Amino acid sequence: MNPADLTAITHREQEARGRHRCRVLCCSSTACLASGGGAAKDGLTRAVKLHGLEKNVQIVNTGCMGLCSLGPMMRLEAQGEPDTLYQRMTADSAHQVVDEQLVPYFQPGHTPTEAESEVGAHDFPHLRASLSQVRLGRGLDEHLLPQDMPFFTRQKKIVLARAGLIDPERIEDYIAHGGYTALAKALTQLTPEQVCAEIQASGLRGRGGAGYPTGLKWNHVRKADGPRKFVIANGDEGDPGAYMDRTLMEADPHSILEGMIIAGYAVGAQHGYLYVRGEYPVAVKRLEKAIRSAYRQGLLGDDIFGTAFSFEVDIRIGAGAFVCGEETALMASVEGQRGTPRMRPPYPAQNGLWNAPTLINNVETYGNITAILNEGAAWFAGIGTEKSKGTKIFALTGKLNHTGLIEVPMGITLREIVFEIGGGIPGGRQFKAAQTGGPSGGCIPAEHLDTPVDYESLKALGSIMGSGGLVVMDDASSMPDVAKFFMEFCVDESCGKCVPCRVGTVQMHRLLEKVTAGQGQAADLQKLENLCRLVQRTSLCGLGQSAPNPVLSTLRYFRHEYDALVANGR
Amino acid sequence: MPPSTPSKAEAHAEHPSGDPRFKMVDRTIKKFNGERDALLEVLNTAQEVFGYLSEDLMIYVSQQLHVPLARVFGVATFYHMFTFKPLGEHTCIVCLGTACYVKQSNEIMAALEQEFGLKAGQTTADGKLSISSARCLGSCGLAPVLVVDGQVVGRETPGGAIQRARTLAGKDVAEVAA
Repeated sequence: MNPADLTAITHREQEARGRHRCRVLCCSSTACLASGGGAAKDGLTRAVKLHGLEKNVQIVNTGCMGLCSLGPMMRLEAQGEPDTLYQRMTADSAHQVVDEQLVPYFQPGHTPTEAESEVGAHDFPHLRASLSQVRLGRGLDEHLLPQDMPFFTRQKKIVLARAGLIDPERIEDYIAHGGYTALAKALTQLTPEQVCAEIQASGLRGRGGAGYPTGLKWNHVRKADGPRKFVIANGDEGDPGAYMDRTLMEADPHSILEGMIIAGYAVGAQHGYLYVRGEYPVAVKRLEKAIRSAYRQGLLGDDIFGTAFSFEVDIRIGAGAFVCGEETALMASVEGQRGTPRMRPPYPAQNGLWNAPTLINNVETYGNITAILNEGAAWFAGIGTEKSKGTKIFALTGKLNHTGLIEVPMGITLREIVFEIGGGIPGGRQFKAAQTGGPSGGCIPAEHLDTPVDYESLKALGSIMGSGGLVVMDDASSMPDVAKFFMEFCVDESCGKCVPCRVGTVQMHRLLEKVTAGQGQAADLQKLENLCRLVQRTSLCGLGQSAPNPVLSTLRYFRHEYDALVANGR
Repeated sequence: MPPSTPSKAEAHAEHPSGDPRFKMVDRTIKKFNGERDALLEVLNTAQEVFGYLSEDLMIYVSQQLHVPLARVFGVATFYHMFTFKPLGEHTCIVCLGTACYVKQSNEIMAALEQEFGLKAGQTTADGKLSISSARCLGSCGLAPVLVVDGQVVGRETPGGAIQRARTLAGKDVAEVAA
């Protein structure tokens, strides 16, 4: 493989696309499949066959299109037409799309448009009926999804730019969408120092939640001494209520892979590990396939793009432990041990996997790399706020009209996310709080809805950016109950290595149970708060240090609910 | 997950134990060149093909990988996805992640527990149905979510869940519950 081969593959793909005048993209993410996406796609395939349109219509499985609550989703791309998006598809409605839109589209005898008349109708074997002129039968119009709705227009897609538009299981589709050009550029035009400098200049920060500057981390590993170094992608998304990493891995696995290979080149590593949560079998399958096809194309293995750089990637599958999202615990797990964290320093950059210098980043962080190298650091740094650059993917869930996966520029306000993108709260209820950062984060109340979403602002409110879970609660939710829910999670997930976390989470949970049952006293709240501070200060790893956050943030903004429980028992 | 059926080639060269499923475990061990670091991968395979980790199975893994049994046991008990008792013929997992919790998935769990007289993680006496909970299955857009025999079911209600579980469990359990 050399860079010119990428262009050749792109041309072949475009030619093939030209032969099919029409593509129907079917979302095959977990959510859409669960809503009946398989049946809808089968209906589409049958109808296309029935009308003999197989040669004209290509049906493609894609990753997530974002609006999971209105799934199964489909997208119709027809030459010379704007794309059409469909929601809540069924076998019947897919059939209708073929009958009422595709059949007229391919039918000869339709009045030619001006442009077509000029060249002469005989040049067009199939004169098209413009899709917008087709009158839709009853029922189908309900499945059309306006693309100008804020859910789509308020987003800014960098990492998810290809999600839902390509077949994640075909490397050729990824290459035809500009894939692996960033790797080619890095290997053939840039030195490792220049790659690190570019990432540093972009201002990209870790998307796993803590927000450490990515370029700085890469430089640490690059400068570290060692006969071998490793690159790890953290896809152990354990935060309940979050599925950004899953979606990215399922929708665009090659972008993560390409980011990892570039990182390997930049820091001088020869081997990478992709650590994926065991609960995500589809992501594992697609990543495995991506790795196999990258090897086949010579994009992994020896002498990539004819340079002296060689890189290998393996997948490691977790077995259900939230703490393995912590970097030192994750490395223990890759080594086949119990996933318990250890003290830092030494940081993985000096002493990581098998004691070798190790670069470990979240999969979403790797997903940003190709865009930065292709478009330039300055372009990336122009998006977002002063200290938080680029975009962030959120899994927008809870009591909202539109739930799904969104990518927004940093600095957007919570109000815009909740009321414009999310379409507000259903059932005429009131917004109460937005929870970010899962069990390590906090609840943000209505009075702070105009806070810009960036690392520092969320931290100042007592929450964190986190990996990207954003759960919206309405006035029916009891906040002490929410705090109890997260604490129960931390009790289950505490690895047991250090005492403050192992014992502290259990004690905090007991106090919360007592309070929510209406049997607490004012002194219990004091005790709870003290315990929170203690666990926060003295725990070994991020899990324990941040476990009190949901309690502290609800105590800070919803103290009256705790007080009412203590005073009145409800 | 049901035990996978071995391919013809594997059945041909029979495993000394007489149980072809061990061949699958061996295959993973071989894939990683028998390295001890592959313990988690080997246990993942073992759990997948046998459905649970019996003591004998853990002893087998310990001997094949030359890893102390204590370490095998230590690793196996650390991770939530390993189970040490056989699961029921059918499984029903209720997601208790944040998004599902906010949409009252705990009521679904309570309804199922009451209906079958079980606690999460238990199996009916006739081995037909296991009920368990999970912390987020990553299908939050469809909350509340169930996973019934590996199939994700979204926007479930307590009544709907009971209906599904009853069908799975067959009438035996329904009678017991009645």
